[in-house]
Amino acid sequence: MLTHNHVQLALHTLRAGSGRALLLLHGLGERSPDTVPDAVTDWPGPVTALDFTGHGASTMPVGGGYTAEILMADADAAVQHLGDVTVVGRGLGAYIGLLIAGARAERVRGAVLADGPGVSGGPSVPTSQPVFSLDRVDTTPDPYALAELGRDLRPPDYATAFARLALQGSDLDRPITVVARFRPSWLLAVAEEPGVAEADSITTALTTYAD
Amino acid sequence: MQSRTATNIDIPGARVPDREYRIDAGGFGIALHEWGDADAPVLLLAHGGFDFARTFDTFAPIFADAGWRVVSWDHRGHGDSDHAHLYSWDADLRDAAAVFDHVAGRRPVPAIGHSKGGALLVQLADAQPFRFASLANIDGIPSKRPIPDVAEHERTKMLTGEVTGWLEHRARTAGARRKPGTIDELAARRGRMNPRHSTEWLRYLVTVGATETDEGWRWKLDPSMRFGGFGPWRPEWALMRLAGLGVPFYGMLVEIEEEMGWGTAPDDVRPYIPDGGRLEILSGLGHFAHIEDPDGVAGRVLEFLGVPA
Repeated sequence: MLTHNHVQLALHTLRAGSGRALLLLHGLGERSPDTVPDAVTDWPGPVTALDFTGHGASTMPVGGGYTAEILMADADAAVQHLGDVTVVGRGLGAYIGLLIAGARAERVRGAVLADGPGVSGGPSVPTSQPVFSLDRVDTTPDPYALAELGRDLRPPDYATAFARLALQGSDLDRPITVVARFRPSWLLAVAEEPGVAEADSITTALTTYAD
Repeated sequence: MQSRTATNIDIPGARVPDREYRIDAGGFGIALHEWGDADAPVLLLAHGGFDFARTFDTFAPIFADAGWRVVSWDHRGHGDSDHAHLYSWDADLRDAAAVFDHVAGRRPVPAIGHSKGGALLVQLADAQPFRFASLANIDGIPSKRPIPDVAEHERTKMLTGEVTGWLEHRARTAGARRKPGTIDELAARRGRMNPRHSTEWLRYLVTVGATETDEGWRWKLDPSMRFGGFGPWRPEWALMRLAGLGVPFYGMLVEIEEEMGWGTAPDDVRPYIPDGGRLEILSGLGHFAHIEDPDGVAGRVLEFLGVPA
């Protein structure tokens, strides 16, 4: 378990090994897979997967308060533990993968952004969103995570700012690769940034980061 | 009853709350503080970021004496409320709604917010207008900050610094506790954020906003919280909500800028004042105008609120 502030995070080693670790970030409402997914079996190094706050075996907070930035800090705790990593993110994990690739450009050597639950997020402009409270449950995923992270604001220019951080801070020519077929506005904008690559599959994208 | 703390720091006009208790908001404990007759009409009071309800010890009693049941609460991580696993604007809104529910049900009541508390109430009034009879806002209207004319790569560097600074703060404060000290040391620390407050007031705040331990006094504020931050939210979005408010609105901005304020320019806000609302500038006062001049600011707000009902 990793400690991220008041939360304990479950970081799973799906396959041990040497070399740069692959870090899998799941989608909204998911948890880490139990085994190495087919799409990443060719990765030459260890394969790890993180349960975000309120998901899988990680702490379920009381009273919600989720933001994508908090989950970015979850991913940062894993990066600080693992050292240099390559990231594969599904859905919400793709958005978090983008954020951490920008925030820790020197440590994240390639981020693959793939389809999955929670890829859209909420609106890109402010709205009169409901203020709500939810009943507590005993097991993850936390209903607050589903509700709050399913509607978090993702303005395209905010997302592209992190793509630019990655491009400026990484020594890779193309530190971000988009493989998602469904592309909400934030991901469309990222894919159009100069220096952001596109690939037809996670497996193909990872071949460029495996060196 | 005038407030006389265990350390005998007397502040003219300061009064301890008449009632203090906690409510359970979905398993999360929120501390409420009330001044005035328990059967009087409710008036909600929302504090600013890194403040706590007891910072209203000189302001709230004026309204209580005017016939209001003044209710304030400590935001999560502040004062006597629980420290949370997570902090967010939406969570603060949810906590505020729980407080309104507890003291007013779904009846409309007037409310006053300072700084972050003011911005919070504007958003709550936009999302749940049925809760508000009127809204007074003390230097809690964010507006677009002037963006320095810097090159793109410099702007990227600024964002990098904000993001990595925030991440490192989160890593550093895991399990951290507030640094202990004497009353004077904690007062001096807070004085850096509140340079216009008197030393005596700052010392008083220590006695109501910190806990005395074997090692000394420690602020109750959760050390994992950090002033500033980053994210997709933009200050000017608050103005869009302000324009659409349907309840009587009284906004106050201050003349003297301080680090804890938003530095909002009146000309940025005037076009967004809702129909029938008003905006005034508090001359000669800083961001904590209600503490600098409780009688003056309360007098303006009481005139706006009218007779308690």
